[in-house]
Amino acid sequence: MNGGQDLGGMMGFGPVEPEADEPVFHGDWEKRVLAFTVAMGATGFWNLDQSRYARESLPPADYLSFSYYEIWLAGLIRLLETHEIVSQAELQAGRSLASPKPAKRILTADTVSATLLNGGPVDRPTDRKPAFAVGDAIVAKNMHPFAHTRLPRYVRGRAGIVHAVHGAHVFPDSNAKGLGEDPHWLYSVAFSATDLWGPEADPTLTVHVDLWEPYLDRA
Amino acid sequence: MPHDGHTDEMSSLSDVELRVRALESILTEKGYLDPQALEIMIETYETKVGPRNGARVVAKAWVDPAFRDALMSDATAAISSLGFTGRQGEHMVALENTDAVHNMVVCTLCSCYPWPVLGLPPVWYKSAPYRSRAVIDPRGVLSDFGVTLPDETEIKVWDSTAEIRYLVIPKRPDGTENMDEAALADLVTRDSMIGTGLALEPTGAGS
Repeated sequence: MNGGQDLGGMMGFGPVEPEADEPVFHGDWEKRVLAFTVAMGATGFWNLDQSRYARESLPPADYLSFSYYEIWLAGLIRLLETHEIVSQAELQAGRSLASPKPAKRILTADTVSATLLNGGPVDRPTDRKPAFAVGDAIVAKNMHPFAHTRLPRYVRGRAGIVHAVHGAHVFPDSNAKGLGEDPHWLYSVAFSATDLWGPEADPTLTVHVDLWEPYLDRA
Repeated sequence: MPHDGHTDEMSSLSDVELRVRALESILTEKGYLDPQALEIMIETYETKVGPRNGARVVAKAWVDPAFRDALMSDATAAISSLGFTGRQGEHMVALENTDAVHNMVVCTLCSCYPWPVLGLPPVWYKSAPYRSRAVIDPRGVLSDFGVTLPDETEIKVWDSTAEIRYLVIPKRPDGTENMDEAALADLVTRDSMIGTGLALEPTGAGS
């Protein structure tokens, strides 16, 4: 979706301001948000792409003014409400008012370390053959889905070259709708800055973007 | 506001802190959270998983050509051989900086970052200034970090739009030929592995 998350090429945000000796967390509440967001991800009520979609569905003015952990918190609350895990009334009361929906899995002290170390690979076997090979000229589609996509606006309609074929990966556009993983071939596509940003762009710059086959047409 | 001992704790909590507390207690009450699991997770990312892991990967790549080749051909396996695996590092690619090419990594759409080797991302990496500008003006971003590259250096920016996670292998500084792996790892900064910085120069010849 064309939401507040799709930031590539926007202007006016000012300089990047690295913080010297930055702590991992700025305050205890950030630790809690990280930990319970990851733990709730393990319950299986939603997948990673649905959680990304919840965050990018925030109104752009909110998305751009929230800190990143505030975005996570707002996204999680949206998921909890949409999936009817926690109600608005419960959030206001600050306590549970209904019996819990059964979770597929609870992240416990016994399982948490192994879960983090194993992660969740998203490469999948597929019977489909890749349509493109390294060196092929492609054009990213001009498409503007109202739902989740990982095709950033700044490459839509632009010509690029396939730099690498990563394998077949879970397709976010489908997975975020709860329509299944529908794996598709994933490519690293190289775009020259002049193709993306015009003749005044830095001639030494190439931008590589990881794009699924349904985002691409042969040039 | 100064901490003056016995003020009402709730009054000093911000709105977001109150909402976080309320939500956590609801989720705990419903049985979705194991408080001990949360503590283990927080401790993991505060003390165990961070950029020192990535620095070990880089230093080994600098001194061990076979490891460097393995890293460039299958980064996930090579990094896993050092014990660094898991969440947000399931599919790794290593990018080598040279005199001719400088690589830099961003996630314009969210905050994708290679957790097993770099830990959790810094605030600036997730912020609008970095995410918006890295793909259109990387030299301007580098100057925010005090880094200037020669005009002819080729710049490759990698936008992490899928589940591939990128680790930049910074260029090994000159004058480090006699340093061992552990000393070399101390030259490898987090920013040098994102591509917004360079590896540190060794201090004092022969030290």
